Amino acid sequence: MAISRRSFMKYVAAAAGTSVLAESPFIGAKARAKAEGGKAVYITTTCEICFWKCGVIAKVVDGKVVKLEGNPLHPQSRGKLCGRGQGGLGLLYDKDRLKVPMIRTGARGENRYKSASWDEALGYIAVRLNAIKDKYGPEAIALFAHGSSGTYFANLLRALGSPNITYPSFSQCLGARNVAWELTYGHAPQCTCERVDLVNSRVVVLFGTHLGENMHNSQTQDFAEAVGNGARIIVVDPRYSTAASKASMWLPIKPGTDLALMLTWINIIISEGWYDKEYVEKYTTGFEELKDSVKKYTPEWAAKETDLSRRQILEAVRELGRYSPNVMIHPGRHFSWHGNDTQRGRAMAILTALLGSWGRPGGIWLECKTTFPKLVEHPEYPEPEEDAAIFGDYPFAGGEGLTNVLRETTISGDPYPVKAWLVTGTNLIKTMPGQEETMKAIDNLDLLVAIDVMPTDTVMLADVILPEATYLERHDGLFAIKTMEGGVSLRQPAVDPMYQSKPGWWIGSELCKKMGLDDYALKGTWEERMKREAKLWKIDYDELVDKGYITIPNSRHPYITADNPPTFKTPSGKIELASSELEEEDFDAVPVYEALDQPPAGQYRLLYGRSPVHTFTRTVNNQWLWELFKENEVWLNADEAASQGIKNGEVVYLINQDGVKSEPVKVKVTERIRRDCVYMVHGFGQHSPQLSRANNRGADDQKLISRYKVDPICGVTGMRVNFVQITKEA
Amino acid sequence: MPRYAMVIDQSRCVACMACVVACKRENDVPPEHYRTRVLEMVEGRFPKLKSEFRSELCNHCSNAPCVTVCPTGASHKEEDGTVQIDRNKCVGCKACLAACPYDARYINEEHGFADKCSFCQHRLKAGKMPACVATCVGGSRMFGDLNDPDSLVSQLLRENPYRVLLEAAGTKPNVFYINQYPRKS
Repeated sequence: MAISRRSFMKYVAAAAGTSVLAESPFIGAKARAKAEGGKAVYITTTCEICFWKCGVIAKVVDGKVVKLEGNPLHPQSRGKLCGRGQGGLGLLYDKDRLKVPMIRTGARGENRYKSASWDEALGYIAVRLNAIKDKYGPEAIALFAHGSSGTYFANLLRALGSPNITYPSFSQCLGARNVAWELTYGHAPQCTCERVDLVNSRVVVLFGTHLGENMHNSQTQDFAEAVGNGARIIVVDPRYSTAASKASMWLPIKPGTDLALMLTWINIIISEGWYDKEYVEKYTTGFEELKDSVKKYTPEWAAKETDLSRRQILEAVRELGRYSPNVMIHPGRHFSWHGNDTQRGRAMAILTALLGSWGRPGGIWLECKTTFPKLVEHPEYPEPEEDAAIFGDYPFAGGEGLTNVLRETTISGDPYPVKAWLVTGTNLIKTMPGQEETMKAIDNLDLLVAIDVMPTDTVMLADVILPEATYLERHDGLFAIKTMEGGVSLRQPAVDPMYQSKPGWWIGSELCKKMGLDDYALKGTWEERMKREAKLWKIDYDELVDKGYITIPNSRHPYITADNPPTFKTPSGKIELASSELEEEDFDAVPVYEALDQPPAGQYRLLYGRSPVHTFTRTVNNQWLWELFKENEVWLNADEAASQGIKNGEVVYLINQDGVKSEPVKVKVTERIRRDCVYMVHGFGQHSPQLSRANNRGADDQKLISRYKVDPICGVTGMRVNFVQITKEA
Repeated sequence: MPRYAMVIDQSRCVACMACVVACKRENDVPPEHYRTRVLEMVEGRFPKLKSEFRSELCNHCSNAPCVTVCPTGASHKEEDGTVQIDRNKCVGCKACLAACPYDARYINEEHGFADKCSFCQHRLKAGKMPACVATCVGGSRMFGDLNDPDSLVSQLLRENPYRVLLEAAGTKPNVFYINQYPRKS
C-alpha cells in the first residue's frame, strides 16, 4: 500500500505522545528562538529563488544566515522547501554577486565598467532618462520585469507617463493558458498557484507538464500525494519525465499533436455520453456547436496524427469518463509551445467543463473569497499620451504585455521610438526567443539599465548596472497569498544587504527623486508602508512578522455547493464551450486542429524543460545547486544515437534550421525520449565571464530557438518549433 | 532507548534533491561530498519503461562493518541504534570507507576525519526530524523509533512489504524501502 497523507496522519495520531521525537509545532519565530535558548534567531520571510512564494524561516547565527527551512504555517511551503529554496544561501553568499553600481566604459559586451557611487549611478540614469523623455516622450522608456522588484520600477514608469511595462511571464510562459481559460470560464486557473485539487483527484492528466522536474513546492507535495492515494496518472509527453515514471499510463505523443488528442477525447466523451449532462446543461453554452465541430476527430484519425495507438487513446479517455468529475486536466504552466497555444488551452478548459471538474473535488477549485484593498499613497499617474507598444495586433494580449512586441517596436521605431530599457529580474537574452532580435533592439537603445543580483549575460550588456539586495536582505510585500484559502505573507531581511547592494524599493524610490518625481517616491521606508498596508488589510503586522503568514478567516470556498454557486465572467455568464469573444474577433469559436510542420529526416524537434534544482538561468551559478547540476545534456533516443554513431557522454553540437550552432554539449543517450525530438534543460550556456561557475557550462537552448511562432490570438511566442541536427564537428 | 530507523516510500520520491541540499546545509558538508543522494534508474526499452528513484544514505546497520574494521573505535554504535563517528578518535585511515558496502562515507579533507550521515543526531536530540525528512517534498522519507510499536516507522514496517539494500551482505540495515515502483493502477 502506498502511503497517503490520510493514512500518514492516522499513524501520526496513533504515535502521538509515545514518540521521542516531539518537536513542538512552529507558532512563531520568537517562540522558537526562546525554546532553543541558544544564540540562533529566526526570521520569517518569503523565498524568491522561484516565484511560488514559499514561506521561509531563516536561521541566523552571529549575523549570518546558516539554514533555511520551510514555514509550516505557510500553505505554499507547509514546512518544506525544495532543493533550490534550501540552497538560497548559495545566492546570498555567492562571491560573484553584483557588489557596487557600475557604469559602462567600453563597448557594449566588452565587459569594461567603472564602479560608481549610488548617487553617481542614479544621477547618470536620471539625466539620460529625462533627456530621452524630453526628446521622444515618456513612452520611449520601457520596463521588462520579473519578480517582486518590478513593482518599484513600474511605479517609476507610470509616474513618467510610460505605458510600456511588460513581463515575459506572459509571452514566454503562461499567457496563452490564462487567456484560454479566461475565454472559457472568465477566470484563469491560477491565483498564487494553479488551483489544482490534486489530492482529491482520481485521475490526473498531464500534457507535457513535468511536475517534479518543474518544482513548485506545494504542488509537487500534492502530486506525490495523488501518487500515494493511488490516483491514475496519465502523462502525455514525448519524453519519459519524472511524472511519467509515476504514471499508470504514459502516452509518448508525437510532439505538437496534443490538440488532436484533446479534440478526439472531446468527441468520444460527447458521443459516448460520458460528459456531465446536468453540469453542461446548467453552466455551459455552445455545446451543440462543439459537438458538431469535433465529430471529425475519430480515434483512428488521432492515432495516425499523434503516433499513439487507438487502444491507448481509448483506454485513457475511458478513465476520464469513469472518474468524472474527480478528474484533473492539469492546465500546465509554461505554455508557449507551438503558436496555436490558446486553442490548445481552450481544449483543456473544454475537457474540464465536459467532465464537470471545475469547482468539484479533484478538479479546479474555486477562488478563495477575500479582497485586498489597494494602498495608494501617491497622486494619480499621468494618463499616457501614446498607446502602449506592448499589445500589437493581438486582441487578447494580457495586461502583462508582450515582450516580443516591445522588442519589435524598439527595432523598428514604429509607432514610435523606444530608447531606454530598464530590466529587472529577467535575463532577457536567455528568456526571449530570437536572440539576434534582442541584440538588435538593444543596439538601438540610448540607455540600458539592469537592476539585478547576479552578473547575468543580459546584465553584462547594460550601460548601468545596479546591484540589488537578495530576497534574504530586503523587504517586499505585503503579499496577498491566494491558495484554497486567502492569506498574507511578507518578505523581510534576515540580514543586512551585503556589499553596496540595495533593496529594489530603495532603488526605485531614489530614482523617482533623482528624476524630480518626488510625489511618487516612497514616504519613509518600505517597511513603514508595509505596516500601513497591514492596517488597511486588518492584519496585525507584529504577528505577521513573527509568524510569516496569517490566514484570512472564512475565505475558503473551493467547491460548488448550493450556497456557493460558481460565477463565470464571460459575456454569456456561462462556461463558453464555443467562445463568443473569439468568434467576434474572427477566430475559431471551437478549437480546430491544424497539423504542424514536422522535422525532416535527420533533424529533431528541440524540446526544453526544467531541472528541479534550477530556476531558468537564475540559479546556475549558485554553488549548492550548481554542484548538483553543473551543465545540461541533450537527450537523444538510444536507437537514434546508435544510427548516428553517437555514444553516451559524447560532446556534440546542435545546428538548427537557420544554421545557428550551439555550444558544445554532452549527449545523454536514453530510452526516455521519442526518436523525432531531443530535449535539454533550459538555462545553461551562460557566457558572462563574471559567473565563475556557470560560465560556458552546457548549451543555451534559447540560442537555438531563433524561430518562434506567434499565437495570433494573444501574441505569445511558441518556442517548440525549431529543428536541430547533431554534429560532432566543432 | 530508541532504535532509530528510516522508511523510504520510493513511489513518492520525485528526485527533486531537496533532501540532498538540506542535508548539505544542515551538516555543512564540503563541496562535492554527499551524505545522502538520490539515484534515478530506468529499465526497459522505449516505450516500455519502468524507473526506480532511490534515496541512499548510511544504513546505520545493526551489524555495521565500518564499526568492526575501525582500528581506533571512532566508528561506533550508539544506544539509540545509530552509527556515529567520534572525530577526535578518527585518524582518517579509510578502512571504514573500504568496508562500507553502501559507499556512504567520505573523508573530510579539511579536517582529516571520515564523515557520513548521522541521522542528524543533533536534531534528534532537540526532538526534530532529520533535515532530509523534514523537507522531503514528496513525503517519501519517514523516520522514527522501531522500539516504539506505535511509531510511524513500526507501523509502516508491520503493514508493508519492505526490503533493505544488499541484504546478503548481512549488515542488518536500519533504512528500509517500501513501494520500489509506483503502483500501476
